[in-house]
Amino acid sequence: MSSSRALLVSFSFDDEPYEGSAGDSLAVALMLAGRRHLRDSSRQGAPRGAFCLMGSCQECVVWVDGERRPACQVPLRQGMVVRSGTIGTDTP
Amino acid sequence: MTDLIVIGAGPAGIAAALRASALGLRVVLLDDQPQAGGQVHRAPAGTRPVPPSPEARTGTVLRDGLAGSAVEARPGHQVWSVSADFRVDALGPEGPCHWQAPALIVATGAQERVMPFPGWTLPGVVGLAAATLLLKAHGIAPGARTLVAGCGPLLGAVAAGILKAGGQVAAVADLAAPADWARRLPAMAARPDLLARGAGWAARLRRAGVPLLFRTTVAEVEATATGLRARLCPVDADGRPRPGGTVVEADAVAVGHGLLPSTEITRLLRVEHAFDAVAGNWAARLDGDGRSSRRGLYVAGDGGGIQGAAAAPLRGELAALAAARDLGRLDAGAQDRLAAPLRRRLARAARFGRAMAGLMAPRPGQVEAITPGAVVCRCEDVTRAEIEAAAAEGAREVNQLKAWTRCGMGPCQGRVCGDTAAALLARHHGIAREEAGLFTGRTPLRPLPLAQLTGEFGYADIVLPPPAPL
Ligand code: FES
Repeated sequence: MSSSRALLVSFSFDDEPYEGSAGDSLAVALMLAGRRHLRDSSRQGAPRGAFCLMGSCQECVVWVDGERRPACQVPLRQGMVVRSGTIGTDTP
Repeated sequence: MTDLIVIGAGPAGIAAALRASALGLRVVLLDDQPQAGGQVHRAPAGTRPVPPSPEARTGTVLRDGLAGSAVEARPGHQVWSVSADFRVDALGPEGPCHWQAPALIVATGAQERVMPFPGWTLPGVVGLAAATLLLKAHGIAPGARTLVAGCGPLLGAVAAGILKAGGQVAAVADLAAPADWARRLPAMAARPDLLARGAGWAARLRRAGVPLLFRTTVAEVEATATGLRARLCPVDADGRPRPGGTVVEADAVAVGHGLLPSTEITRLLRVEHAFDAVAGNWAARLDGDGRSSRRGLYVAGDGGGIQGAAAAPLRGELAALAAARDLGRLDAGAQDRLAAPLRRRLARAARFGRAMAGLMAPRPGQVEAITPGAVVCRCEDVTRAEIEAAAAEGAREVNQLKAWTRCGMGPCQGRVCGDTAAALLARHHGIAREEAGLFTGRTPLRPLPLAQLTGEFGYADIVLPPPAPL
């Protein structure tokens, strides 16, 4: 999985440093980095992560540089500041 | 000025745009992905090698065709509103933009159906279609060891793809029995290439010693210290759980129960829809060329009923011919002449597609088997028990249910739960799916970052449809 032809970029998720390939979506980069739990659900507080990877389910929504975005639709960029999409603990 | 807007650059949308453009129409083709191709012909992300496939090769041909055409292709544009007079608002890389045309072809394809079970919301559980995308675009498997479950041809494609990508497959759990596949062989014989591929997948899985479990469903998934544990359960022909079962350890689960036409835009524009009892899904009511009940609005590809990727480009071309004729740019005789061979080929392709759709049709026992505590609406954490309680209090129609329980009110707009919620209501009251209805479409079609809509954007510009009737 590491045989990368792409440029490695660094970003952060909840203040932890991560690396990923530019060209992957943020959701895929997090998945490859072993970070699958992206937020807690609004009512039950249950762990959630990417599910459809097509921008349909909105399960992968996180804060990207201060905006709520589905991680599967966001291309990974150098220096991205990402926070868990849990409502309530979310404001950047 | 634009003559025709096509939304969705999958095989149907690309074929529609190319054909219309070749007839002299000025065409804009919009798609939310960074490159045209749709889910079937999705372009590789370029980060890792992906295995060659006929779909990937066709994708390259289609993208080259677009590049060499007069079509104004706008990938990377998220359509968030479509008005009754076909003003299409999108958010692109440079910000908000819009187009308007007298004709609109909706080619937004399909989305996956996943029947809820306890644990389907856990991180690491993904759709079969999502797994396909990881394999095709990124060259990776969903996990180190994946359980592949559900129904339809994606099972074999995903399981074999995972092995190819260097991953392990814990097991394949198929709702169908080998006999269910065999019954479709006559229709599948229309596509010997795909049959051969299916046989190749099966051989590869057997060689790797992957357990192929037929008439089996995932009853439950739970998180363990190291990954996921799935309880598999045998089912009867109607998908009803039977006693017995096994436990499988994995770190990912890829599960899917067939495809649903994406009807967001046609629901938003209030065209007539029909419930297809065989395929078990709703789609806009169309004539043979893809005309909807609204003048100037056409649907092509799986968004107008699941018929598969081979049928999609034919449906796209037919819709383009119909649009050109209705716009007065092609005379009736020419349209008929050009459409005749397409209609013949479509009849054959659709036969195959519908055989596959039959394999993926929901079984009544699957809906029954949803446990009371299972989350049905993932956005708002609404369980089956809460839906049943609302039904017992009198909710008979999904928009009523939405108002009472918030089921379908979250950011996914009911795309994930709508079908299951309606099936539960219909079952509770013993009514037809037509009576249980479908969620009214609303804008924005996808949640948008508000900051990106400021600037030249004025709220007075948004054309909102009338409020949803309950
Ligand atoms: S995983 Fe469904 S929207 Fe991103």
